[in-house]
Amino acid sequence: MKEIITGAEALMRSLMNEGVDTIFGYPGGSIMPVFDAMFDHREDFRQVVVRHEQGAAHAAQGYARSSGKVGVCIVTSGPGATNTLTGISDAILDSTPIVVIAGQVSSAVLGTDAFQEIDLVGVTQPISKWSYQIRRAEDIAWAVARAFYIAKTGRPGPVVLDFTKNAQVAEVAYEPAYFESIRSYVPYPKPNMDAVRSAAELINRAKRPLALVGQGVELGEAHEELKAFLEKGNIPAARTLLGLSALPSDYPLTVGMLGMHGNLSCNVNTNQCDVLIAIGMRFSDRVTGNLATYAKQAKIIHLDIDRSEIDKCVKVDIPVIGDCKETLPLLTELLDEASHKEWIDSFAEYDRIEYEKVIDKALNPKSGPLKMGEVARRISEATDNSAILVTDVGQNQMMSCRYFKFTKPHSVLTSGGLGTMGYGLPAAIGAAIAVPERTVFAFMGDGGLQMNIQEFGTIMEQKVPVKIILLNNNYLGNVRQWQELFFNHRYSCTPMLNPDYNMIAAAYGIPSRLVTERSMLDDAINEMLETDGAFLLHVAVEEEDNVMPMTPPGASVDYMIFE
Amino acid sequence: MDKKLYTVIIYSENLAGVLNQVTAEFTRRQLNIETLNVSSSSIDNVHRYTVSLWCDEEIINKVVKRLEKKIDILRASYYTEDEIFVQEVALYKISTPKLLANKHISKIIRHNNARVIEINSTYTVVEQTGKTETITKLYKEFAAEQCVLQFVKSGHIAVTRDVVEHLSEQLYVFDEDAKRVK
Ligand SMILES: Cc1ncc(C[n+]2csc(CCOP(=O)(O)OP(=O)(O)O)c2C)c(N)n1
Ligand SMILES: [Mg+2]
Repeated sequence: MKEIITGAEALMRSLMNEGVDTIFGYPGGSIMPVFDAMFDHREDFRQVVVRHEQGAAHAAQGYARSSGKVGVCIVTSGPGATNTLTGISDAILDSTPIVVIAGQVSSAVLGTDAFQEIDLVGVTQPISKWSYQIRRAEDIAWAVARAFYIAKTGRPGPVVLDFTKNAQVAEVAYEPAYFESIRSYVPYPKPNMDAVRSAAELINRAKRPLALVGQGVELGEAHEELKAFLEKGNIPAARTLLGLSALPSDYPLTVGMLGMHGNLSCNVNTNQCDVLIAIGMRFSDRVTGNLATYAKQAKIIHLDIDRSEIDKCVKVDIPVIGDCKETLPLLTELLDEASHKEWIDSFAEYDRIEYEKVIDKALNPKSGPLKMGEVARRISEATDNSAILVTDVGQNQMMSCRYFKFTKPHSVLTSGGLGTMGYGLPAAIGAAIAVPERTVFAFMGDGGLQMNIQEFGTIMEQKVPVKIILLNNNYLGNVRQWQELFFNHRYSCTPMLNPDYNMIAAAYGIPSRLVTERSMLDDAINEMLETDGAFLLHVAVEEEDNVMPMTPPGASVDYMIFE
Repeated sequence: MDKKLYTVIIYSENLAGVLNQVTAEFTRRQLNIETLNVSSSSIDNVHRYTVSLWCDEEIINKVVKRLEKKIDILRASYYTEDEIFVQEVALYKISTPKLLANKHISKIIRHNNARVIEINSTYTVVEQTGKTETITKLYKEFAAEQCVLQFVKSGHIAVTRDVVEHLSEQLYVFDEDAKRVK
């Protein structure tokens, strides 16, 4: 006989059925029966009470991106639910599998502007992969199983379950549900062998092939398949911001980071190559610059699991639709071995120019204030380049991504598509909880740290071992840089009057150091790494430094300025 | 680019909220929907949407791919006018006293092959089926006689000229494709 339980308890069973071990959440009126049921499951789930629901959504994202598992967050209706919207939007743009479960008023009063009622499904449909209202306890097992299946399969994304209170308290004969397929949803399209063959022919004829590697490789766990492909064809590979740890930084065929603040060599050579092979990346405008002059000389092959990405921004010659873990080996099989030595060597000359004009100054300044770049590189090296880099948004993000190095997959968590200030701290909490065996750094700016600084409380309560590096330039630096370059030095609303961050950390019991001189840096890094648990490394960096090189807005991908 | 009248045919599961998602995808692209029809289809629990709009092919192609990506949408495809049979149904509610007083009005009905489906002492309901032009022509003729009380038309409904019934076939293929795992 099936067991008769409440809807709230059925949710618990359904989550256990999906292998959930952690819940990020915040209670409230319309979700109280669920939190009451959670009280009996304190052993089954780690229950992380955040300090603001935006933090719960980003923490679930950090949990998901570092571990590959689905992140879960449970919040109340109305304001609890709307506070997660930024995280849901971030997750749809960066393909992150999370399930947000929000309370909802009882179905009897839906549509009456009841207390804390909002039309959550209506609000989240455009920003989620699937959004569904559970109005009957009988639908819980089905909806939860469907939610997890949708969130994690194919191109991952956020799913929202709007859970009415009557369904939480009603009794139901519970039976677990499983999803193996949904007829209207094809998560892993079958590769078209004709396309694979045409792509291979094109690559075999290429003199100057260039691979653009995106997060799809990380999401598809296709790291080894990618290396086999690149090595057989000797194809240089540039990575997007979200694809940075898809290949080790020092891997011989890695040729840098694409994009507005990426490396000169791969940006210039995008307009020099003869065949461009995009793998699990989506030609974001931050990568392409002006589309009218983007890779016009090249034939373009696009490997993507999502059919709607094909021709979305850049017209493609050969689309290879499918999971790259499946399509890459098919392609590799048909590749001729090649060398492309001259072509690969051509990157070095641009690297030399960039080193001289930008990198050397960022990494090895002899005097003057500390630079973000040297801080990032020192910290990366102090952990053998094996840590997880979580960043916030702004100069701190671009500098840490440029100068951090990666040796392991799933090592960069940053808000790419939405560019969400405030993402870093809670995402790092989620990552540190998901993969306790790895060191997790959160690189933050003084602006962005204050967007979710309340999560110091979560770190304190849950003893989360996040190493926070505050790169403090007393400015909303990224915006200030644009004002300097494109708005005549008019620093409108960008100077920051900052509080004493070390005192704030102390109030939460988080040990910290303030570094104002270059000579203090190594010692402080050591102290941070030797400290068990959380630490705030507060570094006063050059106030008016700029992230360079840069493709100015509207410019062609191969045009980069150095100052 | 060249704008053409496209008809988009969408099949979805019978779950709440799909219509919202369909229209949102057009709104986001600033596309003006000319006509929209939603009904059940020949398959149980499958709904059919017929949307017509002026658009260029590059855009409609992108929109349709995004529609098809929605979890509960089974299939979305777009057609130009020569690839489908399109009809509309219109109802004209006209004044019976005017109809009786003005012989010209009944001539209009006969010449246009329209059908009278209700007559009472105050009003008469006339039905017309056909292309948009046929329906508009009849409306204009009635309007010239100043007898129209209400006018409504259904929006495009369309069937494709394909010889194979793609949806039932597609459903089978989908079943197979949807089962592919990582
Ligand atoms: C939520 C949000 N609001 C505004 C912005 C616009 N924005 C992008 S970078 C930036 C400045 C960030 O300043 P800070 O956190 O101090 O980082 P820095 O650039 O100085 O390293 C701003 C305001 C944003 N990306 N996200
Ligand atoms: Mg700053």
